[in-house]
Amino acid sequence: MPEIFVLSMACIVLVLDLFIHDRNRVITYGLSQLTLFGALALVIALADGESHTAMFGTYVADPMASLAKAFVMIVVFAVFLYSKDYLRQRDLFKGEYYVLGLFGVLGMMIMISAHSYLTLYLGLELLSLSLYAMVALHRDSSIASEAAMKYFVLGALASGMLLYGMSLLYGITGSLNIAEVASSISAMAELDLALIFALSFVVLGLAFKLGAVPFHMWIPDVYHGAPTCVTVFIGSAPKIAAFAMAMRLLAESLGGVQADWGGMLAILAVLSLAVGNIIAIAQANLKRMLAYSTISHVGFLLLGILSGTVEGYASALFYAITYAIMAAAAFGMIILLSRSGFEADTLEDFKGLNTRSPWHAFLMLLVMFSMAGVPPTVGFYAKLAVIQAVVGVDLLWLALAAVFFSIIGAFYYLRVVKLMYFDEPVDTRPLQYGTDMHVAISVNGLAILLLGLFPGALMGACMAAMAG
Amino acid sequence: MLSELPLLSLLIWVPILGGIAVLAAGDREPWGARTLALATSLLTFLLSIPLFTGFETGTAAMQFEELRPWIPAFNVNYHLGVDGISVPLIILTTFTTVLVVLAGWEVIQKRVAQYMAAFLIMEGLMIGVFAALDAVLFYVFWEGMLIPMFLIIGIWGGPRRVYATIKFFLYTFFGSVFMLVALIYMYIRSGSFGILDFHLLPLGMTEQILIFIAFLLAFAVKVPMWPVHTWLPDAHVEAPTGGSVILAAIMLKIGGYGFLRFSLPITPDASQELDWLIIGLSLIAVVYIGFVAIVQQDMKKLIAYSSIAHMGFATLGFFLIFAILENTGTVQGALLGLEGGMVQMISHGFISGALFLCVGVLYDRMHSREIADYGGVVNTMPVFGGFMVLFAMANSGLPGTSGFIGEFMVILASFKANFWYAFLAATTLMLGAAYSLWLVKRVVFGEVANKRVAELQDVNRREFLILGVLAAAVLLLGLWPAPLVDLMHATLENLLAHVMVSKL
Repeated sequence: MPEIFVLSMACIVLVLDLFIHDRNRVITYGLSQLTLFGALALVIALADGESHTAMFGTYVADPMASLAKAFVMIVVFAVFLYSKDYLRQRDLFKGEYYVLGLFGVLGMMIMISAHSYLTLYLGLELLSLSLYAMVALHRDSSIASEAAMKYFVLGALASGMLLYGMSLLYGITGSLNIAEVASSISAMAELDLALIFALSFVVLGLAFKLGAVPFHMWIPDVYHGAPTCVTVFIGSAPKIAAFAMAMRLLAESLGGVQADWGGMLAILAVLSLAVGNIIAIAQANLKRMLAYSTISHVGFLLLGILSGTVEGYASALFYAITYAIMAAAAFGMIILLSRSGFEADTLEDFKGLNTRSPWHAFLMLLVMFSMAGVPPTVGFYAKLAVIQAVVGVDLLWLALAAVFFSIIGAFYYLRVVKLMYFDEPVDTRPLQYGTDMHVAISVNGLAILLLGLFPGALMGACMAAMAG
Repeated sequence: MLSELPLLSLLIWVPILGGIAVLAAGDREPWGARTLALATSLLTFLLSIPLFTGFETGTAAMQFEELRPWIPAFNVNYHLGVDGISVPLIILTTFTTVLVVLAGWEVIQKRVAQYMAAFLIMEGLMIGVFAALDAVLFYVFWEGMLIPMFLIIGIWGGPRRVYATIKFFLYTFFGSVFMLVALIYMYIRSGSFGILDFHLLPLGMTEQILIFIAFLLAFAVKVPMWPVHTWLPDAHVEAPTGGSVILAAIMLKIGGYGFLRFSLPITPDASQELDWLIIGLSLIAVVYIGFVAIVQQDMKKLIAYSSIAHMGFATLGFFLIFAILENTGTVQGALLGLEGGMVQMISHGFISGALFLCVGVLYDRMHSREIADYGGVVNTMPVFGGFMVLFAMANSGLPGTSGFIGEFMVILASFKANFWYAFLAATTLMLGAAYSLWLVKRVVFGEVANKRVAELQDVNRREFLILGVLAAAVLLLGLWPAPLVDLMHATLENLLAHVMVSKL
């Protein structure tokens, strides 16, 4: 299993890192990237389009897991690459970032492949603990420590809620296995009070982890407070894992009561779209703006899940994957503009980017239009698929709400484009970046355009993953 | 051999790839970027000529069709095809882009490559809008078009360009997302995104009305119709000359095209039910906006308002058909309305483009658009004065120019619908003459107003070429509109027959 490979490699990197001199720290980096690459190869090689369970039914390898894991690897690969120079410039280029990152990846893989509540929780905690530590990576920064503390307290609370919901479900059904829970719930004639309770707690825990309104308070502070290289990690790949967790919990084990959690998600989705998009307008810090934009994207993700159809799940998976790619590019661009002793995380820093570097301005333009959902970028198809799923189950009002808030959302994305193209630069120093960074961000940005021009393959893969 | 080529794909992708090439060439060699842009736009124009010569006028079927699967999961196809409605608009697009590239030749000094590339890419996207027969493909082009225009106004525009361009983008985006929901709804109903499949999809009255309103939001903003027209004067005033020309000559036509391609055939019963609304809004545009145009102090604003009034004529012609059919029972009158609207759109494309170019010529010399800064221009710029008078006359509907044909056909058709419609529509002959001729009187004629006017140089060869070509087009279309009408006849007849059959 790719998980075992990642675990062993993470341990090797951890031990090896102790013996490496700071000068040769690049070996840690290289090994981490190699791990991801190997895991990606394993995931692809082991994907056979069928569903297998292992470890007494607590672990599942199905097409959705393969697809989600593959994109987790790819996105984290880009994230590690973006982080390298950023960490080095800030004297943070230590092994911890990569070791914690690899354990986070392991957590995500376990979440994605969980087939029992226990496995799911295990994966989630592994990911969360790695992220808490990563946020606090910059020990001397008070803002980062504050963010880590907030994240930890709220995250622990959410985990508690989720665990409580799971334990109630165990009490009701007598099992932690997802397939067994699903069958005993669909066998139940009517919804009893305990189940409603359990459902509420599970949804609440999920909403916390996804950052849906009204459980979104931690997102802006954590995104803002964490070093950008950590923000790019938190903001991208874990969204795919969180989507998978929602799928396992809601669609697979609680599919029998879809109508009930569908209603809860609808409220969360509309609130997320509204609050995320409206508050983002008022932000002057790009990281905070993107944090609020994440909240609104989570709203779209929830819309896809709540429709409860194969098309809906496929559209949500497509959305999660494309969002992870867009977020990696957006935060990657902040990293690219930053240099030692200077964080390019306010909107002002993007002024006149077209004069300083037309190519990077163009890439950021693609990211912004993609997030706003303007064709021919991939963000449009993500929104199209979700809206289509929602209209398909006759929830026209949700579709109208979604497009309405997208219009509001378009405004703040346009403002970034405006700053880059219409304003004169304040900071005229040339950009500093390595060749690998330049190539990676170009590939990342162009992927947004190319997936937009030819969305058929990825869309087909998502459909196949969900139908299988 | 020509029939073998995927002509429509070439028309879309040659300018887009040319634009990317211009972008890649960069600003180091502005002359090279200009030449490459001109070559691309000329090539595209030449490619659009076989569309006209090879077009079979006798049939209403789609021609030059191309069909490839694109997103199989959603049954979305790369489906292109043209009929008598889209061919003239495509040729108008390729023709205008050549002029726009020429018009920006020396005037644009800042980021030349990006400027030229934006127009070329936009040309490809606009042709895509006219040629797409798949709703998702249509929407992709329709929205994609906003990005270059947003940048054109924002980068090369006037002092309030940021306000104008964000307003432009958000207005259009607002209208179109509701159209997207309507398109998706019809996909769920029919299982296909094909526009021609939508034409045949049976829909209930409530559904039709909701879909009609969603389309109306999208197209009314684009046309633009009163009361969602307010983005247009701002966008026009702030846009560089080329941007204004493309906006007026082609982008507004896309709204009108949408009514013909989507609203009328997909929701015929709702169109009949709500035709009073469109007719009312069109007449408000013609009369009220006509008055608004008279009092403008800014030349570009005046022409922008006159565009709204003239586009009101086009939408009036399209939606008169139901009243005419009810009154006369024959299709001749209704057909006159549709054809009049189309001729009006094409003619307005030439005339408004020409007028904006005239303002551009003056602006390049004086850096002012205020009417009050001018006076007696004809004394220093006699050739230019002649052109400007010709275009203003055409704008007010002088017989012999293209402006006359469209207006005359629509007014004639509206007589068959309702006397008062005709009465109100005909006021444009007065109002149009008032604002156009008064503009000419204040700017072109009279004593030389000030020292700066006295120092003006007449048009150079490049400007003469642009204005001369447009003048020829305006006169040709005015004296001999038959080829254009023949081109559209079969398609519009078929559209009318389709609209007359209830979907209920």
